[in-house]
Amino acid sequence: MTAFILKRLAIAVPTILLLIVFSFLLMEAAPGSPFATERGVPPAVLANLEAKYGLDKPLIQRMGIYIYDVVVNFDFGPSFKFKDRTVNDLIAQGFPVTLTYGFWSFVVAVAVGGTLGVLAAVFHNSWLDYLAVGISIGAQVLPNFVMAPILVLIFTLWLGWLPGGGWRGGQIEYLILPVIALSTSYMASIARITRSSMLEVLNAGFIRTARAKGLPMRRVILRHALKPAMLPVISYLGPAFVGMITGSVLIDVFFSTGGIGQFFVNSALSRDYSVIMGITILIGTLTVLFNLLVDVIYAWIDPKIRY
Amino acid sequence: MLAGRPAVEAAEQAAHMEPVKGRSLWQDARTRFFHNKAAVASMVILVLVGLFAAFGQFVTPWSNEEIDWALLGSIPEQGGPSWENRHYFGVDETGRDLYARVVQGTRISLMVGIVGALISVVVGTAWGAIAGYVGGRVDTIMMRIVDLMMSIPYMFVLILLLVVFERSIFMLFIGIGLISWLDMARIARGQTLSIKNKEFVEAAIATGVSTPRIIARHIVPNLLGVVIVYATLLVPQMIIFESFISFLGLGVQEPSTSWGALINMGADNMRNQTPWMLGFPLAFFVVTLFAFFFIGDGLRDALDPKDR
Repeated sequence: MTAFILKRLAIAVPTILLLIVFSFLLMEAAPGSPFATERGVPPAVLANLEAKYGLDKPLIQRMGIYIYDVVVNFDFGPSFKFKDRTVNDLIAQGFPVTLTYGFWSFVVAVAVGGTLGVLAAVFHNSWLDYLAVGISIGAQVLPNFVMAPILVLIFTLWLGWLPGGGWRGGQIEYLILPVIALSTSYMASIARITRSSMLEVLNAGFIRTARAKGLPMRRVILRHALKPAMLPVISYLGPAFVGMITGSVLIDVFFSTGGIGQFFVNSALSRDYSVIMGITILIGTLTVLFNLLVDVIYAWIDPKIRY
Repeated sequence: MLAGRPAVEAAEQAAHMEPVKGRSLWQDARTRFFHNKAAVASMVILVLVGLFAAFGQFVTPWSNEEIDWALLGSIPEQGGPSWENRHYFGVDETGRDLYARVVQGTRISLMVGIVGALISVVVGTAWGAIAGYVGGRVDTIMMRIVDLMMSIPYMFVLILLLVVFERSIFMLFIGIGLISWLDMARIARGQTLSIKNKEFVEAAIATGVSTPRIIARHIVPNLLGVVIVYATLLVPQMIIFESFISFLGLGVQEPSTSWGALINMGADNMRNQTPWMLGFPLAFFVVTLFAFFFIGDGLRDALDPKDR
């Protein structure tokens, strides 16, 4: 197992480094200087500014410094637009918010989607099954940017039950709509995957054996069917994570929750390169690490995987 | 002996009959597809949406950039859908005809979907077929590249690209092209692995056909079923992808628009008593996506040999 984890790390670490180098070079290729204004900056001031931000050094040296800062000190440098704040400040401010509703969305998607999928398979061709299939087909065309306005329309503007935006330190009424908007389409996918893999497992020989020897249905499902049926779901968790973390950008913008997505889009619109880079690298690293975790869990559960 | 006579008669009849026509895989698939009502209905809907995008502009006197100054001050009261002033879908927040803008947005969104699917068909199939057929180290390296690109949150990288190289529809296509083929490559490779040891490939090798020719003439045609199914399912994914970026205001630029940008505008105006601004783009988005998913499902049922 240790060897397997090490082997996976040997792939994960270069991926992260490549991402850092790639975003750095991309930023270098960007036309224009971050200090360019419409009135123009006097050459002496520009030289001073470039010296302060280290932009007067050669490319390779700057790249080395940037990577060193990011990898060793977790320091993404200063923001070019918010003069008094660093990228780390912005991340420290926004990341806990994103993490909070992201975590709950993930839990809701897996718990509700998984339960729905299992029930639909166990009660195959019942009304519950049709309901689950209906939901999962419908939710395919309801990505987060469609769900969010519809939810606000219904629960804020018509019913007036829940606030249509804001955060207030993550009180529950501010959490509900973002979590539903973010998790719906993944919940549906998880339900669909769970249902079809559970159906396949329930038709397998070892389930028939378990039932033939007189085990109660509940025990057959929980002890025998659940674990193998969860394998395809686990391999879907990686893409679901990427999708949700991408969706969080939209949630932040639409609900003004103040997470890192809001900083990301604002800096994309105002060309604040260091913030975009910092957030991209942070998200990329998280994704790679999460995929690593999923691989390890998969190998741990599935005895067929050799490592 | 009693059964002898009918048997002889049947044999005589059979001798006079036309030989039974063989049915190809594709004919079988077509029959199965047209028995699927949801898929056929979706096909009709999709043709209508296509016609709307192609010719919808000719039915309205308004262009997508023209501002109707008569309505500008009173959009919530008078800007709604109406036959009298020929704003079939009403006007948007700046007094432009929403019908013309939906036509324009439909064009862009459909184009994004189709271009993304085409890139994935060409690049993904070639990539997967080569990796799967050649195998060995080439396979490892090619698929490792796919793994690597898949483990990166591409939406962030794409937005980074759009910021650095100016936002344009061309850049958007490049960004979509970069990621759309990854899944297709995996699927094509898996399918290639399952057919590369079949007898007909062996026969081709034995008769001295070159490797590129085997891939092009013997492997790729046998991937087509799977590729078509997946490409159909990829179109709505690409539309969602583009709409997401445009919803954030990072995609298409004014005066161009897409479903995502229109939905965003509608959502921004939800509180202003102008439900048509959200309703029409949303309806087009949802209906078209449904149609693509049902057609994809129908094609899968029709072409997937597992379900025979």
